[in-house]
Amino acid sequence: MATKIVMEALSPTMEEGRLVEWKRQEGDTVAEGDVIAEVETDKAVMELVARASGTLLRHVVAAGATVPVAEVVGYIGEPGEEIDAPAPKKQAKEKAPAAAKAKEEGEKEAEAREKKPEETKATVSTGDATGSGARVKASPLARKMAAERGLTLGTLTGSGPEGRIVKRDVESARAPEAPAGPPADAGSGPRFEDQPLSQIRKTIARRLAQSIGPIPTFYLTADVDMERAAEARAALNDSLGDRGRISFNDILLKALASALVQHPACNAWWQDDHIRLWHEVHLGMAVAIPDGLITPVIRHADRKGLLTLSAEARDIATRARARKLAPEEYTGSTFSISNLGMFDIDHFTAIINPPEAGILAVGRIAATPTVVDGAIVPRRRMRMTMSCDHRVIDGATGAGFLRTLTRMLENPLALVL
Amino acid sequence: MTPDAGAPPAVTDLPRDTVVGYLRQMMLIRKFEEKAGEAYSLGRVGGFCHLYIGQEAVAVGTMAALGPEDWITASYREHGHALARGVSARAIMAELYGKATGSSKGKGGSMHIFDASLRFMGGHGIVGSHIPLAAGMAFAARYRKTNAVSVCFFGEAAMNIGAFHEALNMAALWKLPAIFICENNGYGMGTALARASSILDLSRRAYSYDMAADVVDGQDVFAVKAAVDQAVDRARTESRPTLLEMKTYRYVGHSMSDAAHGTYRTREEVEEYRQRDPIRLLADALRAADLLDSAALEALVADVAAEVEDAITFAEDSPDPDERELHTDVYAEPR
Amino acid sequence: MAIMTYRDALNQALREEMARDPDVFLMGEEVAEYDGAYKVSRGLLKEFGPARVVDTPIAELGFTGIGVGAAMAGLRPVIEFMTWNFALLAIDQIVNSAAKMHYMSGGQVQCPIVFRGPGGSALQLAAQHSQAFESWYAHIPGLVVVMPATPADAKGLLKSAIRSDDPVVFIEGEMLYNQKGEVPDEEYLTPLGVAEVKRSGTDVTLVCHSKSVSVALKAADQLAEEDIAAEVLDLRTITPLDREAILASVARTNRAVVVEEGWSFAGVGAQVVDLIQREGFDLLDAPVLRVTGADVPMPYNKFLERAAKIDPAGVVAAAKQVLYLS
Repeated sequence: MATKIVMEALSPTMEEGRLVEWKRQEGDTVAEGDVIAEVETDKAVMELVARASGTLLRHVVAAGATVPVAEVVGYIGEPGEEIDAPAPKKQAKEKAPAAAKAKEEGEKEAEAREKKPEETKATVSTGDATGSGARVKASPLARKMAAERGLTLGTLTGSGPEGRIVKRDVESARAPEAPAGPPADAGSGPRFEDQPLSQIRKTIARRLAQSIGPIPTFYLTADVDMERAAEARAALNDSLGDRGRISFNDILLKALASALVQHPACNAWWQDDHIRLWHEVHLGMAVAIPDGLITPVIRHADRKGLLTLSAEARDIATRARARKLAPEEYTGSTFSISNLGMFDIDHFTAIINPPEAGILAVGRIAATPTVVDGAIVPRRRMRMTMSCDHRVIDGATGAGFLRTLTRMLENPLALVL
Repeated sequence: MTPDAGAPPAVTDLPRDTVVGYLRQMMLIRKFEEKAGEAYSLGRVGGFCHLYIGQEAVAVGTMAALGPEDWITASYREHGHALARGVSARAIMAELYGKATGSSKGKGGSMHIFDASLRFMGGHGIVGSHIPLAAGMAFAARYRKTNAVSVCFFGEAAMNIGAFHEALNMAALWKLPAIFICENNGYGMGTALARASSILDLSRRAYSYDMAADVVDGQDVFAVKAAVDQAVDRARTESRPTLLEMKTYRYVGHSMSDAAHGTYRTREEVEEYRQRDPIRLLADALRAADLLDSAALEALVADVAAEVEDAITFAEDSPDPDERELHTDVYAEPR
Repeated sequence: MAIMTYRDALNQALREEMARDPDVFLMGEEVAEYDGAYKVSRGLLKEFGPARVVDTPIAELGFTGIGVGAAMAGLRPVIEFMTWNFALLAIDQIVNSAAKMHYMSGGQVQCPIVFRGPGGSALQLAAQHSQAFESWYAHIPGLVVVMPATPADAKGLLKSAIRSDDPVVFIEGEMLYNQKGEVPDEEYLTPLGVAEVKRSGTDVTLVCHSKSVSVALKAADQLAEEDIAAEVLDLRTITPLDREAILASVARTNRAVVVEEGWSFAGVGAQVVDLIQREGFDLLDAPVLRVTGADVPMPYNKFLERAAKIDPAGVVAAAKQVLYLS
């Protein structure tokens, strides 16, 4: 009689765990106490050890799966021993439905009663993926959402009763055309990837949100030497003549977009049950208007040159003040910037524009006594503060990004690269 | 019950026009009901249709004793009461036809004739349920310190219903200006009084409530009016209710779908009662007093026939209610 | 804002409306000299006199009909039932007379009357005194059915009911009379036919009314401990039902549980579920569930009684089920 390997409660608060990696493969001989898998709990990555000696007969769930505590993940027994358990999902999908059905029918009643939703799910997916004509069960909302997102229901795995596809299944499914690899053409739709929340990420998100309100924000400030940026701007404007005029803000936009490309972790949206990492940069630019504030968006700021950015920023700000923006022109930004330098503000913090994970608040550029090569000299400097959503961005992540941005501004030639 | 073979009604000292007016109203009701029955037989009138033929003197004599401020409620056998109160034959017939021009815009039908402007507060379809309503109108009249009385018509079968007892008890207890008129036509649908009531002298029910009561020859319009006059006076001056038992008879079945005779009463019994037909009694009295000659009677016959014919034509020609009327009037306020 | 009981809020509403409109009067068993079986009419006899605060015999059918007749004649009666269990004796007058008068008179005769009194179960009153009849009256076109859950709503809704030109069935919660809550000091009316979100949430809508509101709120507290944000929608008026509010809430949460004290068959919740599946089909991520009283006559024994009644645990379980968490 085979021994079940179950997901164990490896922390006092753990209700489910993610099976990170199988340390032993099917067919391996294991001894009681051997580490057979790594499991990520809500606190840490822990080891799952064998509770019996014998042969690892079956991985019931594949690596990467999240499994409720006490659910079977595998079996240990005598070599060649028959076990009445379905194979992991991935394999089940490849099976012929008839075989799966026959196998199901052969199950003993006792085993059938032990069937868990996870297993049922696999059966439903099998039927659909092989086009056997079995009706895909999905909630009305899930059907509507899938249709809106261009997802085929049959490609989704249902987590509801009897494998019903529900809202959360559609939300956690990746859009089919979203490429995971290098950026595709601009015309192929929005490019981003949705990252499932790890247990520790969920815990951080919940705990921090509890402590500080809906968006647990922290702030990072950098003091930037803008002397070389000022020189570069002067030179550029000289050479441009009548063809345009570059502002400090334009340089900031360019540097910010470039830095975000290098730090996608900061170019992200908090989506409640996952984090969306954007592979394109849409910069929101806070603009004061007579009775408030609006944040028009410069799309694909990372792909635009300084002159284009400059022209677009000016155009969009002008139209924002005239209230001439279309709704799509002030929604969909991936990161925002608020610049109060023109109001002689030295330094401030800005409020995050959800679901974005960060916003940069920029103060004025002012001559400041600075130590250069042991001597105190006046340098034009600027302080900028990044507000970070801690559910998405950790201190070190934000600091890394801010360092990149600071370096770009202090060495503006790098922007040309 | 056997017909009281007493003397024909005495012609009072009322003006001739008034007295002839009673006759005309009773004839109008008779003709209206005959034509309504005909229209029902032709499928022009649907649902239930309860005719008042034989009982006309009760409605006409009662209305003659009332003023415009008084409230009236009746059972579902109320075409005659509505006509006697002054609701037009056109509006009632159109209501029977279910037409938009009917008194309830075609939404009430034969059993629910209303004319709020005449304080004719409806025919009601549940036996006895309108007796407390009438007491409520009497309550309102007293509450507002008006001089109005509230009159309620019901059949003798309604006296066995709880609502009758509860309403009469409170009307007497609270001294409400109400007049409860029992039209004892001998049968509750097809059940004879003796088979439904533990007592046959129905006015005695009033004793239970220490209420004034009277037994009246319901075929004699003058007797009816005199009894109601007295009750109205009691209500207006002493604010005390009265129960009146009007002994009457209907010649037709309970409703149009019932036989006039056969299962529960004989043809002979019906014929016997026709000998004391209220219209004939009044016409004979008028003739005997030289207040009506044959020519005048014929003129009346033609007159009411024309009025009913006009009502039929009006009803036939009127439009059905617009379908949009289905959802109007469910609530008084927009919901 | 003053803190007062549901009972006193109702008393205030009656007092204010009687002072405002001489056509308003209160009639029922023990409303005058005894000051009301549940003391809702306390002090009114003294203030308004026996012509306007009228004690009746124990004769529900009769005095209800008298009330309807008075309303037909233009007064604005408030008819108190000692409890709605006794109103069964008067239901002919409510259903056959009051509800239909305006329609069958072709709009000629209005019936501005309020039928009010406590409904639902109290404690160990057994089968004949522990019943929720709102679905019976809500079934009848022509009636407005109102069921306040809080002192503020009790007052504002009763005032609106008294001013309504339509017959209003106003069912108070027998177990709510002592409940305290804030009631605005200034005069106000709570509109009929408008539901209210008593607690906002994004994960599941708990549709409730009267006493089930407090059950749903307790369930929402328990769910919050598990990071589930339940929205508690108090219908306040059963008919006309606030369809927009229900659908708007389900649009936010995609899930609903309908909670009511009454029996399940053809209950208020059945109507709410019908609305949601018909007009909110694409909003749903799970079947709508109902939590109702057990389909039995109310037993006397307190343990059996507890088992027959709705409780927060049942609501929590249903909420988790529609969230696919159980």
